Amino acid sequence: MNKKTLLALTLAAPLAHAAEEPHTHPPQSMQGDEHAAHQHMGHGKPAQQDASAPAAANLRHAPNEPDHVMDHEVLLTKVTIDQLEAREHDGGALEGSVWFGGDKHKAWFKTEVEQEEGEIEKAELQALYSRAIAPYWDLQMGVRHDFELESDSRNWGVLALNGLAPYFFEVDTSLFVGEEGDTALRVEAEYELLFTQQWILSPEIEMNFFGQNTPEFHTGSGLSDIEAGLRLRYEFTPQFAPYIGVNYEKKFGNTADFVRDEGESTSETTWVIGLHAWF
Amino acid sequence: MNRSREPQIALPALSRRRFVTGVAAGAALLGMPARASSASPRANPTPQTLRGNQFDLHVNYQPVNFTGRERTAVATNGSVPGPILRWKEGETVTLNVTNHLAHDTSIHWHGIILPTGMDGVPGLSFNGIRPGETFTYQFAVNQSGTYWYHSHSDFQEQQGHYGSIVIDPAEPDPVACDRDYVVMLSDWSDESPHDIYAKLKKEGHYYNRRRRTAGDLWSEIRQKGVAQTWQDRKMWNEMRMSDRDISDVTGYTYTYLMNGQTPDGNWMAQFKRGEKVRLRFINGSAMSIFDIRIPGLKMTVVASDGQNIEPVTVDEFRIGVAETYDVVVEPVDDRAYTLFAQTIDRSGYARGTLTPHPELRAEVPAMDYAPVLTHRDMGMDHSGHNMGGMSGMDHSGHDMGNMGDMDHSGHDMGNMGGMDHSGHDMGSKGGMDHSGHDMGSMSGMDHSQHAGMQSGSAGQYSLHGGRPELGGMQGVWFTDGLGRAGHGSNSPIVHLPSEYRYGVDMRAEMPGNGLNDPGIGLRDHDTRYGRRVLTYADIRNLTPTLDKREPTRELQLHLTGNMHRYMWSMDGIKFNDAEPLMLKYGERIRITLVNDTMMTHPIHLHGMWSELETGDSEYIPRKHTILVQPGSKISYLVTADAYGRWAYHCHLLYHMPGMFREVRVV
Ligand SMILES: [Cu+2]
Repeated sequence: MNKKTLLALTLAAPLAHAAEEPHTHPPQSMQGDEHAAHQHMGHGKPAQQDASAPAAANLRHAPNEPDHVMDHEVLLTKVTIDQLEAREHDGGALEGSVWFGGDKHKAWFKTEVEQEEGEIEKAELQALYSRAIAPYWDLQMGVRHDFELESDSRNWGVLALNGLAPYFFEVDTSLFVGEEGDTALRVEAEYELLFTQQWILSPEIEMNFFGQNTPEFHTGSGLSDIEAGLRLRYEFTPQFAPYIGVNYEKKFGNTADFVRDEGESTSETTWVIGLHAWF
Repeated sequence: MNRSREPQIALPALSRRRFVTGVAAGAALLGMPARASSASPRANPTPQTLRGNQFDLHVNYQPVNFTGRERTAVATNGSVPGPILRWKEGETVTLNVTNHLAHDTSIHWHGIILPTGMDGVPGLSFNGIRPGETFTYQFAVNQSGTYWYHSHSDFQEQQGHYGSIVIDPAEPDPVACDRDYVVMLSDWSDESPHDIYAKLKKEGHYYNRRRRTAGDLWSEIRQKGVAQTWQDRKMWNEMRMSDRDISDVTGYTYTYLMNGQTPDGNWMAQFKRGEKVRLRFINGSAMSIFDIRIPGLKMTVVASDGQNIEPVTVDEFRIGVAETYDVVVEPVDDRAYTLFAQTIDRSGYARGTLTPHPELRAEVPAMDYAPVLTHRDMGMDHSGHNMGGMSGMDHSGHDMGNMGDMDHSGHDMGNMGGMDHSGHDMGSKGGMDHSGHDMGSMSGMDHSQHAGMQSGSAGQYSLHGGRPELGGMQGVWFTDGLGRAGHGSNSPIVHLPSEYRYGVDMRAEMPGNGLNDPGIGLRDHDTRYGRRVLTYADIRNLTPTLDKREPTRELQLHLTGNMHRYMWSMDGIKFNDAEPLMLKYGERIRITLVNDTMMTHPIHLHGMWSELETGDSEYIPRKHTILVQPGSKISYLVTADAYGRWAYHCHLLYHMPGMFREVRVV
């Protein structure tokens, strides 16, 4: 499985929706009959004569959108590529997410893929239902699939809290429960420091904990590893920002022992160059 | 478009003057750039003036170029803004509006008092105008002054679908002048409004190009030291809000227009020295609040929202989205003046020139400093408290016990709620004038701890007056201790349980007075620049109040939102989930708006006047749109004298989908 197929997998479902930019009407609108009648009559009727929709970019208006402003919730799709980067020593990484939905309910997909020395080291995909529970927090639940690499693939159940903590830390905390009762916890936090409106330094940290030793996956109980990054990006637009940075990984405890047994190093610092984007 | 665009009674705009002054000046008067159209961006079609009582309006697609890039606008009769409609008070007007778009359209006559079926709000008062169809509006014009019209369909207003209305009074106009110009302000984006909205939903600060940087932090630390800086930033950081969040959509995407002309296009109006010039300012923007001044000239404000007021002379005034202000200026020098309309966040401006000769221009002033929000804009800092720029606020030593049952769990505002209220002299301020009303009726509300009001148990705040026979209880109604008409609300601030949800990121615990506050960024213009700035407290109607009854009910409605999720609502409830607000025909009510957000919201009630309580019950000014300052409250009276279903909403276009209510008069 390469990066491309994984990304394609991740994006396929939501993008199908995105193409039509759908909006929903609530099934039972408070407007009552009069309004319902309007919905039926109002939209999508072919235009006459010069009424053909122009192709102008600033008039983009999907055919199924309702034509009044106040009574519909917009369903949107956001694709975020947090990191798409090349690392030293023939490495690379992709970290991104896609959400689709409204203010309260969303479908979320998260993916992380890492490559070292030309080999995919880690490839996972999460599919989650996300629900707004507080002004800054979403509660998410669903499944995670780790793709088969050196060992078997495996599946986890996921319970996550995703949002913005005080002091503007973007936090994603996930609890994973495996099919055989394995447990894992991941804590990710990210911050943005603006040098200017366009030069933005973004420190980031990810910590993984496991509830048990799983030698075949090279993970040991307790704190397993920390990945810390520092990326400086330039926002040509808020949606398109290439960056350079440095990434540091260190393994701890039993995990470090397993890795050492394989003859690999337990810590690594690499320079990275990549792209941050969303749309 | 090969259709006839001629109105049945058409007097070409300013034809007499054009004839007298020649083509060049005429072109200037019509707002065309003085130079030929070879320059980029090229000249856009300019609005005609249509007079009479029968009008044919055609809503069509029109190529425009405001930025150097070709775009398509939704125009009326081929121009952006649409034609200026001149009506006469006392006549009945007929307007045939034909839709040449591929989508539904509509026209709402903003500020015009008319039957609900003519109001033009799709889904509420009519079905909208479908592609290819013509809808005929017909109504009697029973008012005079400056108004405007715009689409109430989709985001068409952002795409250019708006224009001005001037109604000549039946009686001689109390405002005598030699020249009379409409100055329509608006905001144009090359982006699709749907894209703008989607970007805001995905990243609420997308258009904010003034976010705090490390450099700002450094200079703040050098000024105040680390500890003080930390203290000052603490609340913002804990609330995850930016004190530089002034406008949702900014000059980053907007080009600001005056009568459809960009600042480079430089719309021009002519005068002769010594003449009295009336300027009818209309804010037809989708999202932009402007501060207007004419360097070198005093402006005498003579009308607000079309209604004559007792003249007030000022140097500067703020015009909210959808408001109108008429001013009279009397230039005594033979020189040009710049009509300068800078946006509230100072990210751009619209500009025109008032000049005795088309070749003469005046200097375009630099924009004023860009404001930052303070605790006051969160409804925490009363002007009487003199918080010394928020540094004096004691966040650490607060006594949570004192805050009783306030529910902070869902909203992470511990720090804000934990503000040391005990130190604020609750006797005079927190007490909120409770003396004026009948305590017995308030079901034992504990006023000494007003936090207790929002605990959510029904006994503690008053919902009575909801009149079940009118369809139940919506919002918080008060029927006792209302205080005198014209003098505003005495009622305690009640945050409903629905305000404690994911869609609401703050609540004003001690909202300030929205009446005498000139607003963010203008508060120090008097001391700093010696400019007198208009406030709502300055406005008195020119003629006596018509309905002198005391209100029998008071509705307290909270303007709520979540900037992070870009959700907007009233009382924490979006339009979709809200019941209509039911009014009994003929009743006199008070509406008190409490702004629980950090944005300034222009709130517009259709079909009826909003009579702003400025403290003088004899001369209550009548408005159709009320600017509600952040973290503040403001009250107005409404006489429910129009049957039907009416829209009631924030006029910021991208707030409208949620911050919206139906008002039903039965
Ligand atoms: Cu608003």
